[in-house]
Amino acid sequence: MSAYWKANLRILASLLAIWFVVSYGFGILLADWLDQFRVAGFKLGFFFAQQGSIYVFVVLIFVYVRLMNRLDRKHDVHED
Amino acid sequence: MSVMTWTYLIVGLSFALYIGIAIWSRVGSTKEYYVAGGGVHPVANGMATAADWMSAASFISMAGLISFMGRDGAVYLMGWTGGYVLLALLLAPYLRKFGKYTVPDFIGDRYYSDTARLVAVVCAVFVSFTYVAGQMRGVGIVFSRFLEVDITTGVVVGMAIVFFYAVLGGMKGITYTQVAQYCVLIFAYLVPAIFISLLMTGNVIPQVGFASTVADGSYLLDKLDGLNTELGFAAYTSGIKRNIDVFCITAALMVGTAGLPHVIVRFFTVPKVSDARISAGWALLFIALLYTTAPAVAAFARANMIETINGTDGQGVLYEEAPDWIRNWEKTGLIKWEDKNGDGRMFYAKDDRNEMAKIDNDIMVLANPEIAKLPAWVIALVAAGGLAAALSTAAGLLLVISSAISHDLLKKVLMPKITEKQELLYARLAAAGAIFVAGYLGINPPGFVAQVVAFAFGLAAASFFPAIILGIFDKRANMQGAISGMIVGITFTAGYIIYFKFVNPAANVAENWLFGVSPEGIGTIGMVLNIIVTYAVSHMTKPPPAHIQELVDHIRVPRGAGGATHH
Repeated sequence: MSAYWKANLRILASLLAIWFVVSYGFGILLADWLDQFRVAGFKLGFFFAQQGSIYVFVVLIFVYVRLMNRLDRKHDVHED
Repeated sequence: MSVMTWTYLIVGLSFALYIGIAIWSRVGSTKEYYVAGGGVHPVANGMATAADWMSAASFISMAGLISFMGRDGAVYLMGWTGGYVLLALLLAPYLRKFGKYTVPDFIGDRYYSDTARLVAVVCAVFVSFTYVAGQMRGVGIVFSRFLEVDITTGVVVGMAIVFFYAVLGGMKGITYTQVAQYCVLIFAYLVPAIFISLLMTGNVIPQVGFASTVADGSYLLDKLDGLNTELGFAAYTSGIKRNIDVFCITAALMVGTAGLPHVIVRFFTVPKVSDARISAGWALLFIALLYTTAPAVAAFARANMIETINGTDGQGVLYEEAPDWIRNWEKTGLIKWEDKNGDGRMFYAKDDRNEMAKIDNDIMVLANPEIAKLPAWVIALVAAGGLAAALSTAAGLLLVISSAISHDLLKKVLMPKITEKQELLYARLAAAGAIFVAGYLGINPPGFVAQVVAFAFGLAAASFFPAIILGIFDKRANMQGAISGMIVGITFTAGYIIYFKFVNPAANVAENWLFGVSPEGIGTIGMVLNIIVTYAVSHMTKPPPAHIQELVDHIRVPRGAGGATHH
């Protein structure tokens, strides 16, 4: 059981690291620096602050669901 | 048909739909009343959560706020979406496995203490009332602007509708009306946004139009940067607030979102732990549809507004030649023009060339269809959307208040001997009572409604979030730790906000703030304090009893969650 929990914590840590870097990193702390790069009409820092971080959040949750469903089965703690 | 007729028709139809759902989904047991029997499909729950979460403020005010704040508006965009990642990864699956009805339930059971339960009840009720007052006010305002009835009548109609489906249908009624309300509100938000994007950039998708070029061949955002600087504002895509403050506000909103009881409780309504996870993903996807459109609307609306007022040549437009919507909205007091230099032309700027004494945030969404010259039914749709956003959030909050009183306060503490039937009756009475208080607050808003929003998030962040997270992830966290942590977090956060917002508002400037963090962001510091205190006190006192440690082990694995009753 503790193997399951440890694997779970590893998944959480890596996904939350991405969550943090994209929003607080790219969208806030590094936004001014990233603004020197452009994607179409967006400066990159502005893009992460008002669009990109939200897309990443959505993807992160669905990735989490996949990883956890797989982990649950591997450790035989899944439902039904 | 006139705009008014369309509005009565569309709003009337949407209300009839909500009432129909309420009658269809009447409930007979407390489990159905509190958590819809635990049998809601994850996609339906995602939609309901999205409607539950997106309030009148998200629908009506947010795009306007962003259009005046520029890049800094991202605090709302990231803050009110990023919390779902925390919910999905750190809270929802474990709370679903726990399988009880309310947030104070979890806190009371996990920390084996009625004191902890009561602290949670007080926080839940306070946070929810703060929030619900604003929703009822929103209902009144939408009514008064679109249907020309007074605010009081509007609030009373809103109360009657919510009364019907919250009291009759409880969580089950609320869930399925919220699904309908999500459909209404997202349609109402996207239709004008798509039209405006097409009109300005030739792109159907607003998020793409946001990054595209406008009529004169320049990128929309570059053009806005230019206009802003010319008129004395900071460039649209640059930030003005200090990084530390933006950081803390974003964090307080994210953590606050994850700690708000009316959002958390939605994840108790799905059948399985894995459903709770995926349901958070659906919720965020549905929310993101509006939240990625809002900043595009903000940019379109700002460029539109500046051009309408200052003219394409930047010389100011003759008031006589201004489009109708300017005069229409001037009547409501949301726009004010003073011809300071007597040239009969309007001008909008940051410096003393400015002649627009007032341009309200809300105008950016409310007047959007008129600005883009869209047909009357679209304007009516925006009214129905605003009402859907306000009513769905109000209902979710009222249920939290009702269950905190009937379940956590009466059944669990004061009157443990009441039967399920009696508990259900008390739940309905509490919901009815809460609706009246909310309606009263909506009609006579305390002057500080706007200021107390910081409270709701700050307190949720500084109280519930750490207690729940540590309850799941730290087996050693005990009653003494949790109670002292919550009290320190709440006292610090509330004290800071009360000082700067009420006691000494004159001192509310960056120089006086602790580490440069504004009252809006202070919940983040409160949360950190709570975590430190809970951890330290827990490790200095004796560990929680064995059955609590078993409970923690139990909620950490998905298998064995209580089944759902059939729908």
